[in-house]
Amino acid sequence: MNPNNYLILAAILFTIGVYGVLVRRNAIIVFMSVELMLNAANLAFVAAARNTGTLDGLVVAFFVMVVAAAEVVVGLAIIVTIFRTRRSASIDEASLMKY
Amino acid sequence: MIAALIGLPLLGATVLLLGGRRTNAWGHFLAVAMSAASFVLGAFLFIQMVGKSEEEREVGQHLFDWISVGAFQIPFGLHLDQLSIVFVLLITGVGTLIHIYSIGYMEHDPNRRRFFAYLNLFVAAMLLLVLADNYFLLYVGWEGVGLASYLLISFYQQKPSAATAGKKAFIVNRVGDVGLSLAIMLMFVTFGTVTFEGVDAAVASGSSSTVTWIGLALLLAACGKSAQFPLQSWLLDAMEGPTPVSALIHAATMVTSGVFLMTRMSPVLHASYEFAPTIIAVVGAATALYAATVAVAQNDIKKVLAYSTVSQLGYMFLAIGSGAYVAAIFHMITHAFFKALLFLGSGSVIHGMHHEQDMRRMGALRKLMPVTAITFIIGWLAIAGVPPFAGFWSKDEILLYVYANNRFLYVVGLVTALLTAYYMTRQVIMVFYGKAKWNDHASDHGAHGDFTPHESPKIMLFPLVVLAFLSVVGGAMQLPFTKKLHFLEHWLAPITEESEAHIGETWAYHNKYILLGVAVVVATVGILAAFAVYAKGKFKAIEPKVLEQAWYYDAGASKLVGGPGAALFNGIAWVDAHIVDGAVNGTATLVRNIGGTVRKAQTGFVRSYAALMAIGFVAVLAWFIYRGVA
Repeated sequence: MNPNNYLILAAILFTIGVYGVLVRRNAIIVFMSVELMLNAANLAFVAAARNTGTLDGLVVAFFVMVVAAAEVVVGLAIIVTIFRTRRSASIDEASLMKY
Repeated sequence: MIAALIGLPLLGATVLLLGGRRTNAWGHFLAVAMSAASFVLGAFLFIQMVGKSEEEREVGQHLFDWISVGAFQIPFGLHLDQLSIVFVLLITGVGTLIHIYSIGYMEHDPNRRRFFAYLNLFVAAMLLLVLADNYFLLYVGWEGVGLASYLLISFYQQKPSAATAGKKAFIVNRVGDVGLSLAIMLMFVTFGTVTFEGVDAAVASGSSSTVTWIGLALLLAACGKSAQFPLQSWLLDAMEGPTPVSALIHAATMVTSGVFLMTRMSPVLHASYEFAPTIIAVVGAATALYAATVAVAQNDIKKVLAYSTVSQLGYMFLAIGSGAYVAAIFHMITHAFFKALLFLGSGSVIHGMHHEQDMRRMGALRKLMPVTAITFIIGWLAIAGVPPFAGFWSKDEILLYVYANNRFLYVVGLVTALLTAYYMTRQVIMVFYGKAKWNDHASDHGAHGDFTPHESPKIMLFPLVVLAFLSVVGGAMQLPFTKKLHFLEHWLAPITEESEAHIGETWAYHNKYILLGVAVVVATVGILAAFAVYAKGKFKAIEPKVLEQAWYYDAGASKLVGGPGAALFNGIAWVDAHIVDGAVNGTATLVRNIGGTVRKAQTGFVRSYAALMAIGFVAVLAWFIYRGVA
């Protein structure tokens, strides 16, 4: 199969993730979109590793997974805390940190 | 050893100031003991010095490096040589006598302990001034005596006039101090050192104009401390302090620090342009004459002596300007003896008169205060220049050098000597002779009413007798008859010889007995004139208001500083507030306004931040794609 197809799929997934982050207000959905972007990047790494026959891309992909797992823990904890205090998970309402 | 000289009185001051009321009972004895111990130590060092050969007499003591930054080196070192030991003996000797006197004089003052603490502090600072081995450390002592002087002038702090006088002394001195700090900065820039040794070595090869500037800056400093024109006015107000302070600080020691500084820096004066010493001589002569004319019309017993001090200090400056360093030091020593005596005598009179200072209310005191009267009369003969009292020899020595240097200034000196004899005679007659007038104004005395002046206690008379003795024999230090009798000149030779004017071959030197005779005639004329006016009443006294008001110097200075001066200061303050501060504040305001505008971008909406990041990311990506990654 043409390796470009993997990259095109990764680009499409990434763009969907960016779109989700920009237009959705629910923090959980935004979070899922971020995950989508990360996995799109992972797909591109793995495809590149396969294409060049080296292990570098695979190593980076594992790294990203570990970091993503850690990030999910922290991020979900923050979202839960915000929800508890504000009774809402809308990211537009949590806008006190400004000038 | 040298450090202990300063350390003892400093310890006394520390104990008295920190010990508080607990030391009230014995504080004054501690202060006297510390001062006396310092004197004994000084005398011991002096005897040790006499025993050594001339080259070995100079000793230094390096305590520690004070400031050490690259080439910027200031040691904390002391330096004892022939010149400083003279000052050490004078300060501690006269100082101890005045400490003893103060026990009696301040007996009824509730703040006696504080007074003695300040006296000790002053002695310590003055010793540091004369023992420092560099100009920077000298500056510390210089400011130290200024502080002690300020504290003592405004000692009666509940009196507004005393508080004001203290402030005036401090501020006028500060004008002079600018000169000293300027000189030190100039030395650093041009020579890279401020030690006496380093500067003395460097001036010989330095450029004359820089050296002259340093000399003039130091002259300004000396004028401030030694109350020379135009910075003389603080010394008169300094009479607000207790009388022993006037004797110690404002007659015998502190005001001579200008003379000390000038002698220390004699190599600088020697290497500067011709006109620098001439300026010093003219300043000295002008001050001497000015103060002598004013003293003629004063009625306050201490004010007469204060103006007389200014006048005599002018004499010393005149001597230094004429290259007569030894004569200046000589006159300084004899002056310290007889002026301290006169001040302490006047203090005794004031004490006996229940704090009356107006001479018009005294008179005929010689019968009631015999010891004070006799010692005061000795002081009068010494200052008037009657042989063989001390003042005669030193004044004559100065006049000899001045004659060799400049005839016009010699005439000014003679007129001053005439006036000195005149006003001192006037004072003695008004205070000790004539009719008793102390009950004429009895009502002014309030509670006192009828009273009879009394002689002071023995503890106050003892210093008077010692000083009177010194005023009689002090001239033996330097007798003019043969070279062998120039003891002081030989002693100070290593320090002054190079800069001293050489008058050995002049007309004046060969005919010095003629000049001696002239001086005696002038003094006699002055004394007889005063007798004719004040004792016999043959002539009307000439005491115009212009002289009583000191040629309106204070009023004029107030007008000048208050009118154009204040306008100038306000103008400078305006420039500072609007232009200097304006530039600084303007920059700050500009930055703040820009910040205020830009920070609106921080909306707090996470999605707008994300959008900006995405846009930025796309822009960077587009740039790389357009240019190619490599």
